[in-house]
Amino acid sequence: MLELTNIRKAFNQGRHNEYWALSGIDLAIPERKVTALRGPSGSGKTTLLTILGCLARPTEGRVRLKGEDISGLPERFLTEIRRQTFGFIFQQFNLIRGLSAIENVVLPAYPTGRPRKVLLERAEALLADVNLGHRRDAKVEWLSGGEQQRVAICRALINDPEALIADEPTANLDTKLSKEFLGILERLAASGRTIILTSHDPMVVESAVVDHVVTLRDGQIVDEK
Amino acid sequence: MNTWIEKQRHLIDFTVASLARRKGKNLGLLSIYGLLVFVLASVALYTHALRAEATKVLAGTPEIVLQRLVAGRHDLIPPGYIERIGRIRGVQKKEGRLWGYYYDSVVKANYTFMVAPGMKIARGEIVVGPALERSRGLAAGNGISFRSYSGELHTFIVADVLPQSSELVSADLVLMHEEDFRAFFKYPEGHYTDVALSVANPQEIKNVAVKLMNALPDSRPILRDEVLRTYASIFDWREGIMLALLAAAILAFGILAWEKAAGLSAEEKREIGILKAIGWETGDVIKMKFWEGLLISLLAFLLGYIAAYLHVFHADAVLFEPVLKGWAVLYPRFTLTPHIDGLQIATLFFFTVFPYTAAVLVPIWRAATTDPDTVMRG
Ligand SMILES: Nc1ncnc2c1ncn2[C@@H]1O[C@H](COP(=O)(O)OP(=O)(O)OP(=O)(O)O)[C@@H](O)[C@H]1O
Ligand SMILES: [Mg+2]
Repeated sequence: MLELTNIRKAFNQGRHNEYWALSGIDLAIPERKVTALRGPSGSGKTTLLTILGCLARPTEGRVRLKGEDISGLPERFLTEIRRQTFGFIFQQFNLIRGLSAIENVVLPAYPTGRPRKVLLERAEALLADVNLGHRRDAKVEWLSGGEQQRVAICRALINDPEALIADEPTANLDTKLSKEFLGILERLAASGRTIILTSHDPMVVESAVVDHVVTLRDGQIVDEK
Repeated sequence: MNTWIEKQRHLIDFTVASLARRKGKNLGLLSIYGLLVFVLASVALYTHALRAEATKVLAGTPEIVLQRLVAGRHDLIPPGYIERIGRIRGVQKKEGRLWGYYYDSVVKANYTFMVAPGMKIARGEIVVGPALERSRGLAAGNGISFRSYSGELHTFIVADVLPQSSELVSADLVLMHEEDFRAFFKYPEGHYTDVALSVANPQEIKNVAVKLMNALPDSRPILRDEVLRTYASIFDWREGIMLALLAAAILAFGILAWEKAAGLSAEEKREIGILKAIGWETGDVIKMKFWEGLLISLLAFLLGYIAAYLHVFHADAVLFEPVLKGWAVLYPRFTLTPHIDGLQIATLFFFTVFPYTAAVLVPIWRAATTDPDTVMRG
């Protein structure tokens, strides 16, 4: 689904603290499969994920989405691709405090201009799907970590994206909640979505749901299976 | 088109929800903002209405009014007095006027009874001002009796009610036929209250006044221009104070807007980052904040303006009394005619809503153009 060729990414390019977080990545992300990125801290997993999810542009190299080169597109188009193609689950969940669970879920759909009624129905169904139907009107800051993550998952799914991107999805969860997350992951994978995640957690990386494991070190791929 | 509308609705929904989250801060902002609009609008409405009122009052008055003094007090113009003025160059018309005050004990109010110059009113009929229409419940065709100072009861038919164009001029007027006037007040035949002189050339007014004083040493000419000047000087002085207040208010507002602009909180920046990451375009974020600024400023504008309107036209501008009291020199008591001016509203709107919205948008624009990948990191 996604193809990266010779991707390099520099931070603070041209300044004294220039830092190359990625140095020459060639990678193909298979469609409808679960891909996990792993590696030590600072190896560039998150950086690679932002490039895969069109949140950032590589300094060098090409990104192809379904065969189409998107590395040169202006930000407007990238945003639209991001909205239509990807759903994001952030490590810190990044919910908007003060808003209810359901309001958070519908947020990514606002720019699409779909009718509010339709959106709320879909959001409700998604919340019910992860056993959060009863918490729909609760302010997100009152929710537990596991509940917050499930709200974040619903938010990632509101625009019905083909691919889901998750950065360290279990880093803030205990073992029981991590297992629950893997259960949800399994269902999402079974529904035919492409899933890309990063993780330190052996329980995630070694679980049966993950089809494809990519190991990074110092901004390069050292292993792929 | 439909999706566009739907999109704006979403943005407004989100904006409202987002505003509600910071209730205290936004209510504070709204009240300061509303207060500013209130002060500005009050000054604007008040001065505007006063000017309009003044123009109306003075438009109808003659260039010179001549009073006769006896022992330093205003006295009647005796028969033959007007003729003694003789021919003065520049005076187009001179005529005796008849008017007087009447205290209506029924409603405890003073009326001005007057013989209307150039108005045909039949004997036994009167034309009344809007104040009487209200206080005595009068309408055209009604009859009304007044007890004269000598104790007799006089009954009149109301032929008409004066239009409410200027309360200050006409509110307490009762216009009647000359014979009725003389009979009611037992006003001696051939006598008048004062003399109105029209002078076409403004350059000659001073000369005419001097000649009048020479011809009639016991008279006192009152010049319209002098009234105007007194009026203007009081007016300008008051307005100067108001403008100083105004400048202070605008300054405070500028500081407020700047503070708001510069102090985009870390929380707000984080939220903008999240919205961008989950698929909002820079334009969507800016539009959302634009709605936010517009909602606050529009609401403040509406509240402030309405409050100012009530203050000026229904509460007699009580809050300005300490500053504007000087008006009593000319007009003891009056209610201003409600008057709204489109251009005035537009100006006020431009100077309050526009700078705020702009001041809010600039920092948002800066925050909204940052890269969305920053949210991935703590
Ligand atoms: N905005 C930035 N400016 C400068 N350096 C950065 C920036 N973002 C990331 N880096 C650096 O790039 C390198 C890779 O970061 P990245 O977040 O991709 O690592 P990671 O593999 O996700 O690590 P972790 O497992 O700790 O999350 C790190 O050394 C980091 O310090
Ligand atoms: Mg990381």
